[in-house]
Amino acid sequence: MTSEKPSASKPVAGSAKEAASGKERPDWANGLRRLYDSVVEEELPDSFKDLLSQLDSKD
Amino acid sequence: MGAEKRTASEKADFKRELTEVVPHLRAFARGLCGRADMADDLVQETLLKAWAAQERFQPGTSMRAWTFVILRNAYLTDMRRNRFRGEYDETVAERVLTAPAGQEEPIHLSDMHRALLTLPPERREALLLVGAGGFSYEEAANICGCAVGTIKSRVGRARAALNTMLADGSIPKRSIEDDTAHRAILEELDDVAAGQGVAARS
Repeated sequence: MTSEKPSASKPVAGSAKEAASGKERPDWANGLRRLYDSVVEEELPDSFKDLLSQLDSKD
Repeated sequence: MGAEKRTASEKADFKRELTEVVPHLRAFARGLCGRADMADDLVQETLLKAWAAQERFQPGTSMRAWTFVILRNAYLTDMRRNRFRGEYDETVAERVLTAPAGQEEPIHLSDMHRALLTLPPERREALLLVGAGGFSYEEAANICGCAVGTIKSRVGRARAALNTMLADGSIPKRSIEDDTAHRAILEELDDVAAGQGVAARS
């Protein structure tokens, strides 16, 4: 979640506190965010590290 | 491809930003296509395309938004070729279910995920961008290449559909594998693809 700063938006992504304070949201709204965050927080598979490390030799 | 116009430090910046955004690409892709392995294939494809197109990225703008457009395009293309069937990945949802501690959990995330995957693709992506990814309506509209009002309406419809499904417990068990549902999804895809706008440029 600290990874980037969208230039024009508030970085709402991933803030559990913000999601929890959104009282007008239905129950599942938090779940939607958590579904997303759960993937964001996964450790990156090696295949991605390999691919990223190969990019430099690709041009 | 004229990549030599970028200095080494600009390329390093690009790569760092691209690396940082990978977890978000994975999350968006997982939400779009439902299966972890296919989602990761999609992200890898996206990374290669983004790298090849790095000249077109404007430094200082949102790398996440820029790469989401590329990922979305790749997804639409693959969907058209019938590669994805929005299949539901049971193992992921089960693990998610056990992950957070101390939170009340009125809705099972596995139900959520399944309900999400039954939505027409353009509503699903709108809801993912705004409700999960934290993009503003304006940013989501840019990513999808459509009007802000269109995004608002898609998000509204998606929320209403999820509300109904989750409140009634009327989540179809395996509706995505149902041929009728799938055909309907593919038909809607044509509409989604027609409004590519920004997306068409990457």
